[in-house]
Amino acid sequence: MNPLDGNAIGGLLHEVFGTEMTDATGTCANCGTTGPVARAVVYLDAPGTVVRCRNCSSVLMVFAQVRERTCVDLRGLAALEAR
Amino acid sequence: MEGTAVRGRLTWQSATVTKIIPETARASTIVFEIPDWAGHRAGQHLDVRLTADDGYRAERSYSIASAPGEPVAITVERLEDGEVSPDLTEELRAGDEIELRGPIGGYFVWDPATNVGPLLLAAGGSGVVPLRAIIRNRELTGSTAKARLLYSSRSLPDVIYRAEFERPDPGLDVIYTLTRSQPPGWRGHAGRVDDALLAEVAWPTGQDPLAFVCGPTSFVETIAEGLVGLGYPEDRVKTERFGATGGRQ
Repeated sequence: MNPLDGNAIGGLLHEVFGTEMTDATGTCANCGTTGPVARAVVYLDAPGTVVRCRNCSSVLMVFAQVRERTCVDLRGLAALEAR
Repeated sequence: MEGTAVRGRLTWQSATVTKIIPETARASTIVFEIPDWAGHRAGQHLDVRLTADDGYRAERSYSIASAPGEPVAITVERLEDGEVSPDLTEELRAGDEIELRGPIGGYFVWDPATNVGPLLLAAGGSGVVPLRAIIRNRELTGSTAKARLLYSSRSLPDVIYRAEFERPDPGLDVIYTLTRSQPPGWRGHAGRVDDALLAEVAWPTGQDPLAFVCGPTSFVETIAEGLVGLGYPEDRVKTERFGATGGRQ
């Protein structure tokens, strides 16, 4: 399936972070590219939800939903700044 | 504060369908009454959740089609192998209740108070839905921002909101390109948007235009790259991609 973008996980991110995050600024830990989360590459059926850097394709975030829990891996982000 | 919604939290809530408006053979607009709606901005979306009798749940995101202040509405295009859209376009009736949460999104959003420069709105298929919210918001707030809508559709009968777009509006130009079939005598554009058409339609960069591009991934990438090639700064090209399963539809 075609990758989408960070807009597609606005609801999931709001659930995890408790606030609007598509306009938050993320910094890739691999290449240092900075930009709004909405512009990142998103695979919804990866399995789990995988967010990749639009510049270098490194994995920025992974979300896995197991029953009612959401497991979050943010190791690919050097920074994440909400407005 | 009354009600169950906590400020800042995104909670699932029950909405009542008040009206279903057929738009094309495959697309319908669904209007909701939502007791705890915080109000939305043009370009935002909401999530719909359907639960089957056996407890299986499916969630999809849909762009909000109505302007801020109007009753919340989404426009859903039926996908033949869709898990959610056939239920929404065929089974749902006025009076039914449905679970949703929103509004969602802060990036693909137009604010009439701070954006007075010309708008370039580029839609691929049902990607026109959030752009229609922007067009209505612009009209209802009396914004002086000029707008151009470049709308790529398979055919003329597949054009959503056509009657509305044909109403004269001196500040809005609508440019169609029909990719699969054109009616006899069609004098508009045919085929996919290419660099020549984009260069013809795009506002000159000196006017500080703001672009919103929504559609399937390939459409969005072609247009966004084309606009950057024309000198649009990346942060003046807002993009939203949708896909056939799981994501924005």
